[in-house]
Amino acid sequence: MPDTLAHSLPTTGGGRTAEKPVAVFDWLMAIAVVAVSAVIARAIWFTPPEALQGEAQKIFYIHVPSAVVGLYLACPLVAIGGAMYLWLRDERLDRLAESAAEIALVFLSIVLVTGPLWGKPIWGTWWTWDARLTSTLFLWFILLGYTVLRGAIEDRQQRARYSAVLGILAALLVPFIHLSVRLFRTMHPQPIVLTPDKPKLSAEMGLTLSLAFLAFSVLFVAMLRGRLKYAALRDHVEARESGDA
Amino acid sequence: MTALRPPGTLAAALMIARKDLSMEYRTRSAFFSSLVFSLLGVSIFYMVWDPTAVRPIDMAPGVLWTIFAFAGMLGLHRAFGLELQTRAMDGLLLAPVSREAIFLGKALANLVYVSAVLAVTIPAVVLFYNLEFGSGLLILGGIGVLAAIGLVTVGTLFSSMTVHTRFAELLLPMLALPFFIPVVVPAAQASAKLLVGAELQTVMPWIQVLVAFDLMFGVACVLAFPFTIED
Repeated sequence: MPDTLAHSLPTTGGGRTAEKPVAVFDWLMAIAVVAVSAVIARAIWFTPPEALQGEAQKIFYIHVPSAVVGLYLACPLVAIGGAMYLWLRDERLDRLAESAAEIALVFLSIVLVTGPLWGKPIWGTWWTWDARLTSTLFLWFILLGYTVLRGAIEDRQQRARYSAVLGILAALLVPFIHLSVRLFRTMHPQPIVLTPDKPKLSAEMGLTLSLAFLAFSVLFVAMLRGRLKYAALRDHVEARESGDA
Repeated sequence: MTALRPPGTLAAALMIARKDLSMEYRTRSAFFSSLVFSLLGVSIFYMVWDPTAVRPIDMAPGVLWTIFAFAGMLGLHRAFGLELQTRAMDGLLLAPVSREAIFLGKALANLVYVSAVLAVTIPAVVLFYNLEFGSGLLILGGIGVLAAIGLVTVGTLFSSMTVHTRFAELLLPMLALPFFIPVVVPAAQASAKLLVGAELQTVMPWIQVLVAFDLMFGVACVLAFPFTIED
């Protein structure tokens, strides 16, 4: 019955359940939202603009942390969660991979939107097919395929196994795409773009960037936590419904 | 009376490949549809570009390998789609052969099928695009084999997964195409170099990418396949 289900939360992987009320207020998410807003405010009003790029450079404080969180925190979890699931067959690992994939999709979408917005005034072009951009784009496509695949399979175990296989293969694929594009680029003339030198950040800029990394990491953890809770609850409801049927 | 012994992995793989190929040989449905698709693609691509702006020699490699990836994918779905009808897959799983042998057999049959499509498409591109190929044609054939191996290993694995899903024909390209990039890009770039008379040495980096991809994904797909058919 939906009423009782909405107020119950499973403990581990189904089976035994503890009738605990579900907290409506997510304190971690609240902290994350405040932290990210504060960092954006600091970046806009309290951090000096970069000498060459001007105000456009401020998108950097969203773009770079999103890329780092998406590519280096969320994406590895998809592959690791999948591989560990195939080994241990614990549904929580599948839920971890599933949740990380959706969050990675969100962060990579931010990267792919803010990148061209930054690139246009600075490089003079919305898009360039360099190794990093191309790998990110295709990783985004694969994550999209991953979520569509999950939606197309009814059986829970089959869904977990298939998505684990896809997650692992995707981890193997990314270096190959990177290599193909790098080879492609080094064998072709480079487009004339303003390639910035290794940035030397002022102390204030460095601090804003560090705070941005921190805020986005907290946001990632909060999103992952919320998404895991949702997945556990959903699986619990499904298990009950199939048990009742 | 001699005791019946189950065949080894390779022997079983060959038996499965022979079964698939003889079914395909009798109907020829997938082969002809892929072939017609690929010839149509090659000719349509020629007509949508202005040949005075882009030289056919510049277009040909990209067209060839893009069409190859799409045409190959058309037939990949068939490998497991056929087994699902009348639940023949259950029979295969019950047979005393390893899961790896099933994968290798299916991949081998797909390799023959994709290579056959390629064997007609390459001459068609040479003919329609008026290409001058010297000894490069032999190297191009070798690149074709390497590309076909990469395509069928990943494609066979994904078709074994997508065949059980709700929109199999749509999902297969969505999953497989990103994996074809390290196959199509090196093959097209190497062919482009060969077409302008480059030496083997200059295309070696691309061939190395293809070989590395084939090895890595060959092993990964054989290991991953048993997980896709557990039931």
